[in-house]
Amino acid sequence: MDKFRMIFQFLQSNQESFMNGICGIMALASAQMYSAFDFNCPCLPRYNLAYGLGILLVPPFILFLLGFVLNNNVSMLAEEWRRPRGQRGKDPAVLRYMFCSMAQRAMIAPVVWVSVTLLDGKCITCAFCTLVPVETLGNASHSGLSQGAMKRVLARIPCKEIYDGQELIANEVAIRYLRCVSQALGWCFVLLMTTLAFLVRSLRPCFTQAAFLKSRYWSHYIDIERKLFDETCTEHAKSFAKVCIQQFFEGMSTDLVAAHCHPPRKAPADVGEAAEKLLGITDQGTMNTALKSWHKCKPPLHLHPPALHSSNGWAGEEQPPPHPPVPRREMAAYYSRV
Amino acid sequence: MDRFRMIFQYFQSNSESVMNGICGLLALASVKMYTCFDFSCPCLTRYNMAYGLGIMFIPAIALFLCGLILNRQSLVMLEEWRRPQGHRKKDLAVIRYMCSSIMQRAMVAPVVWIIVTLLDGKCLICAFSGSVDPEKFVGLDNTTLVQVQQLLAKVPCKDDELMRNNTSRKAVSRYLRSWSQALGWSILLILIVAAFLARWLRPCFNQATLLQARHWSNYIDIEQKIFEETCCEHSRLFAHKCILHFFESMRREITLHSFSLPREGQEAEGEECLLRGITDQDQVNKLLKTWYYEKPPLDVSQV
Repeated sequence: MDKFRMIFQFLQSNQESFMNGICGIMALASAQMYSAFDFNCPCLPRYNLAYGLGILLVPPFILFLLGFVLNNNVSMLAEEWRRPRGQRGKDPAVLRYMFCSMAQRAMIAPVVWVSVTLLDGKCITCAFCTLVPVETLGNASHSGLSQGAMKRVLARIPCKEIYDGQELIANEVAIRYLRCVSQALGWCFVLLMTTLAFLVRSLRPCFTQAAFLKSRYWSHYIDIERKLFDETCTEHAKSFAKVCIQQFFEGMSTDLVAAHCHPPRKAPADVGEAAEKLLGITDQGTMNTALKSWHKCKPPLHLHPPALHSSNGWAGEEQPPPHPPVPRREMAAYYSRV
Repeated sequence: MDRFRMIFQYFQSNSESVMNGICGLLALASVKMYTCFDFSCPCLTRYNMAYGLGIMFIPAIALFLCGLILNRQSLVMLEEWRRPQGHRKKDLAVIRYMCSSIMQRAMVAPVVWIIVTLLDGKCLICAFSGSVDPEKFVGLDNTTLVQVQQLLAKVPCKDDELMRNNTSRKAVSRYLRSWSQALGWSILLILIVAAFLARWLRPCFNQATLLQARHWSNYIDIEQKIFEETCCEHSRLFAHKCILHFFESMRREITLHSFSLPREGQEAEGEECLLRGITDQDQVNKLLKTWYYEKPPLDVSQV
């Protein structure tokens, strides 16, 4: 457990490491998904191709989209792309950099799925079993079957239990052939992808290093700025809520004092902190009234300046006054504690 | 747990150690990949050689390229090689040193793959079963050439109906496997001896140049890391100042437009300070809208 926490902390310390971590997890997830998936070739002439190629190509497309969805920076890219210009110019190089780095990370899981599928061989065996060269590997001329019948027989190659064309072409021979082709394709695909990745990574310092440093700095800046703005807004919201609620309770206690016509209790000089925190609400009835009014009539989102203790204008069951349209300061002067 | 953390910290402390760690991981990954890979020889005359040699060499090339990609120092080396001279001279010895150390580390995983392949033997049996001399083996010398070729091509497939109980298949298989394992062990021995000699004889040649090259290659690596960290720190401070400046300018604008008297003589309490003068739902909405529609300029010089 500790081990995982440490690895998690290491990955989180650096934003890029975190994204690489997610990338690696998705790649492992896609390999695991493939091994958990129960492949069932339909063994019918036209369905085989659709099924085989579908399993080969549709999940990678889904994984690619999922890679974009799980990436937090997608919304940042969209925001930066669509925002009005305002007082700050937009740099298309930065947008391109952000999009490219996201696309590269999203490509890893689909590439892993396609490689594992091709190296395993079941998809290609299912999809292309009707195209096995029967003339070279088996006895096409001896069987005397029509084209359609031969295709139906060949389509059952992946399903060993129902295969009935042993005289046409041996089942193991056909499966070995198709698997060899599939694995050759798989390794060539892996080699092609690693060569592409190598070229992309190694040609960049040779040509566009200065532009790259600029784009990387500003894309990182945009990310940090967004996070800091969210943090500042959260802090502001906390303070706003605190002051609003404090003013509500103060308003409540002022109202109740006014309604019950009690003179305000002069608090003794050495009142403790706990009494202060009670905010003037010291019995069950008052508390219930406070809770009811919090539910029925939430205070407006408008904080009074701290010097004036204005009331909420009502106490009890009556309707609250409508929200004053002008700055409150002038209105507050007309509420008096009588 | 402590041991694991210590190992982790040791690897992270030095960038060379990190690279050695990645190198080791790739080597382990290549062994794991070989054991997971389901080798199935096609057992057809022309395809065997292509398949066997392909499985031996193509993954090795892919692992070599992976080793180059995952090594951070290769990027550092390329940047150092291609940068304009500027005020700092370029030292080719440093670049050569970095290049050779990168290549050495990248070669480990492919060599491990090839040796594991040879020691296991399946690839060589598949590739060269059609090339053995049929006269050496009983049971294969009294048929036509084409049939012999086809029979030999089926040797790697134990379950084939022709080969199931064939004793000469086992003989050919053992023969090829012994060759394959001999080759594998010889390559391993040669590589270890070469590495041993290289490490022992290196101090006899040009030790001073080597020390210099190693120092400066470490320096370039560290300098780049620190530059990136400094840029990160700078962009954080820049963003912080920019946002504070934005809140301040919003507060000034609101005070200007609402014609209310400035609050004099009120010491800012903790919460009021954090509110930064924005105390109203409309004001908050205006702030958020302005943040989207008119982001502030990237200029904090007057703050």
